[in-house]
Amino acid sequence: MPASKPPAAVAGSARSAFIAGTVRCAPVALGVLVYGLIFGALAQQAGISLGETAFMNAVVYSGSAQFIALGLWSLPPPLLALCLTVFSVNFRFFLMAATMHPVLRAWTSWRALPALFWLTDENWAITMASGEQPHWGAFFLGTGWLVWLAWLAAGILGHSLGAVVSDPRRWGLDFAFTAVFLTLAVALARRRKAPLVWIASVGASLLADRFIGGGSAPVLVGGFAGAIVAALKPRAEESDAP
Amino acid sequence: MRPEVLWAFVAMAAVSYAIRLGGFLVGGTLQRYQRLRAAIDQLPAAILLALVAPQLAHGGMAERLAALIVMAIAWYVDLLLVPLVVGVVAVVLLRATL
Repeated sequence: MPASKPPAAVAGSARSAFIAGTVRCAPVALGVLVYGLIFGALAQQAGISLGETAFMNAVVYSGSAQFIALGLWSLPPPLLALCLTVFSVNFRFFLMAATMHPVLRAWTSWRALPALFWLTDENWAITMASGEQPHWGAFFLGTGWLVWLAWLAAGILGHSLGAVVSDPRRWGLDFAFTAVFLTLAVALARRRKAPLVWIASVGASLLADRFIGGGSAPVLVGGFAGAIVAALKPRAEESDAP
Repeated sequence: MRPEVLWAFVAMAAVSYAIRLGGFLVGGTLQRYQRLRAAIDQLPAAILLALVAPQLAHGGMAERLAALIVMAIAWYVDLLLVPLVVGVVAVVLLRATL
């Protein structure tokens, strides 16, 4: 029987929610660190300076899009190709951001909108799986800064040290994020059982992966398919009306 | 630091942030409709599954078996680190044996 999970911060302060988010995200930050080291080393090989790499990691802050950008890299930078890459790879954040209202509800736009900068797959997933709580926004920020710092620090380190971790596959590290996403999907699924939504999402994402290709397409198509099934579902009881 | 390089990164950052901002604003508008709110409530699980399913489809038997192990553990253990470490160890061992 699954242990019923107590919310991370029942009546605690925003501060304790922030710390809880950071603690919860620490294992994921380690994984980000590994990929950041690799990215830094590759950026150095591509002829991007240490300062530029640090700047890129700090402001662009998109793992997979940055790796692809290195593949396209030339001087002067191919602006359109770079922006299109970010757009197609990161469009999944559109759907994730659309789910962030309950998390940031307590905040004014002045706090909520800048906070969206720290939204990435891993810490978004952890935030969602942690469930609704009084200081959900603080929890989210607690997850966000650590991943961001790990990506920034690892980029700088990898650039200075060169290729320390050359083959993450050898150590099974390429599976780390899959394991994280699976774990969080199970945590969400345990709380809310909607098998039809899951089937629609998995099926549609596989079809999109096969016929449209990589990037954000499978996530977008799968997410939409799941959402459509959820919207069509006849709802007898309105359990979570505010 | 070369200015044209930094500007390219600023442009990439702007695109990335605009996507998040757009999603957030659209999500806020959609939430006013009950039915769409139900859809957005289910969206996180749908997105996560859509993220993982293709990764497993591309992987081999070792990855799929490791995924089953991870999911079984995740059902009972509420710590992120445990399924993560077990999954990584399992995938290394399974790749070596299968």
